[in-house]
Amino acid sequence: MYSQGLIGAQTATDEDEAFLERFQARVDADEKIEPTDEMPEGYRRTLIRQIGQHAHSEIVGMLPEGNWITRAPSLRRKAALLAKVQDEGGHGLYLYSAAETLGVSREQMTEELLSGKAKYSSIFNYPTLTWADIGAIGWLVDGAAIMNQIPLCRCSYGPYSRAMIRVCKEESFHQRQGYEIMMTLANGSAEQKEMAQDALNRWWWPSLMMFGPHDSESQHGDQSMKWKIKRFSNDELRQKFVNATVPQAEFIGLSVPDPECKWNEEKQGYDFGPIDWDEFWRVVKGGGPMNKDRIAARRKAHEDGEWVRQAAMAHAAKRKARAAATKIAAE
Amino acid sequence: MKKELFELLLRVADDHLVLGHRVSEWCGHAPTLEEDLALPNIALDLIGQARSLYTYAGEIEGKGRDEDALAYMRREREYHNLLLVERPNGDFAQTVLRQLYFSVFMHGWWREAAKSTDETLAAIAAKAVKESVYHVRHAAEWTIRLGDGTEESARRMAAAVEALYPYTGELFETDAVTDALSKAGIAPDPASLKAEWERTIADVFAEAELALPGEAWQHSGGRKGVHSEDMGHLLAELQHMQRTYPGLTW
Amino acid sequence: MTTQTPLWEVFIRPRNGLAHRHCGSLHAADAEMALQAARDVYTRRGEGTSIWVVPSAEITASDPKDKDALFEPTADKIYRHPTFYEIPDEVGHM
Repeated sequence: MYSQGLIGAQTATDEDEAFLERFQARVDADEKIEPTDEMPEGYRRTLIRQIGQHAHSEIVGMLPEGNWITRAPSLRRKAALLAKVQDEGGHGLYLYSAAETLGVSREQMTEELLSGKAKYSSIFNYPTLTWADIGAIGWLVDGAAIMNQIPLCRCSYGPYSRAMIRVCKEESFHQRQGYEIMMTLANGSAEQKEMAQDALNRWWWPSLMMFGPHDSESQHGDQSMKWKIKRFSNDELRQKFVNATVPQAEFIGLSVPDPECKWNEEKQGYDFGPIDWDEFWRVVKGGGPMNKDRIAARRKAHEDGEWVRQAAMAHAAKRKARAAATKIAAE
Repeated sequence: MKKELFELLLRVADDHLVLGHRVSEWCGHAPTLEEDLALPNIALDLIGQARSLYTYAGEIEGKGRDEDALAYMRREREYHNLLLVERPNGDFAQTVLRQLYFSVFMHGWWREAAKSTDETLAAIAAKAVKESVYHVRHAAEWTIRLGDGTEESARRMAAAVEALYPYTGELFETDAVTDALSKAGIAPDPASLKAEWERTIADVFAEAELALPGEAWQHSGGRKGVHSEDMGHLLAELQHMQRTYPGLTW
Repeated sequence: MTTQTPLWEVFIRPRNGLAHRHCGSLHAADAEMALQAARDVYTRRGEGTSIWVVPSAEITASDPKDKDALFEPTADKIYRHPTFYEIPDEVGHM
């Protein structure tokens, strides 16, 4: 996801000052940049990386929730979860398409994901252990995602902004779906409530990490803000998320696993404890509980699907040849 | 006739729930991203159809069982789905062919059931028949591409035909339940759909350059709850939550 | 080793009476597959009543470098717009 999309981005450009200024003026005037427009190489590269990582996050994000489709506890929940995971695949598809307008193919991006070169949101490297995790993901992970994605609807790059508008429209049910699951559990039996609290305990900190490193540690944030590829800083969004989420937890009788979390009247927001950045970087670099499994699952799907994609292409070629032969015969 | 109708609704609901379960297993693992969206669409249709049928079955039974009680809280022997739909996904060729066999049958079944003298069943069928048209189209187009694609895909498709054909006879089985209901104009006689099914399959196979299988011994037992070894595992997953935490609301 | 599957552009008519509108793209081996995929990807919430799919490679686009030459010259042809002409208010709507 989303703010983590900028980790490792190279935004430096070689274009001359006049060109960069002209481009910046367009962005400042809130003009959208479209695929065939001139743009600084750094802008293009940053976008490819960010949109690609965003797309990968959606695709890998299908796996932790997909883990519970066949075990969903009611048919209503099953249908909702299936539709939600399907949406995530769709969002990955819209985003790959947006990145493809910048001259990179989906196949290239897939290779980068499978080789480990491209990153995706660290949150999906945590396991879904109980049904409550499905609630927690919808509520917290989709909640965090939407905080990031709504401002991206106004991103300067036209195709990305249009993809985000579609994504946000479709995602509006995701967080509600998750919160409803949590609420049902919190109002349920003692063991259901315990399951809900346990899920919140495990997903809370990784959710806060989704917004990426502190602004003081984030190297490429400034340039991306200037280019309107990013519209709020990591810390601003994280604070917004905490402010929105803590009362939601309290409302259903759950508590966030942070003894330092309390309302600060002066800043009109919640203070919260330190994030374990060692864990964050470890997971980003491959050391999370599920990193290897997630990529292995994606690689298996890709490799097992190769003969299917080849067959479809081979059949299309045969059809074309037959149509051409019929045409010649008719002439 | 209530007993027969209840039994029939359960059979068809079980077919759709179990197949929906199988198809949903593809979600996130399909051969293309586009199929990662197409297969859940089909699974959602199937599960939706199962829900309508279970709900109606519960009403007919009149013992207060809702869709979830029927879907989750029965023993393996009480599930009366076809063995075909519980077959593991296998490779994409097997999944596609299982879809083709079942959807072509159900398309005819729903079309006839839409004329049922039972209004509720007719209404469920009228909606489902539209969904089944797309299921047939999706499965047929893929069968054609895989059958007449590469050498490997043709080989896999032929292997799928060999593996699944022995599970098609069950589609057309009749017994006292189907006889009574078809006589009363409530539900179609499955045997009456066989010729049409064979024609459609033959047409698709011809375009896919696939050989039609010869006569083969046919499995049977699903309608009486005698399943394959795979069914227990499927139910263990499906029922996991309801069995571990009985009687709770989710 | 990865098979490249062609890109298609998808246009959807939201409802009769409206024009087809570009809504995104997808990958498919041929037109029928593209049509099915468009249905599964882009009409999951009742967004459409008709779909067009066009191979992206078949689209001819104007060059943004020609923007000035192609589109600027119309800027001063204000006589093409109704507000260019003065009609007394008493005449009413025209």
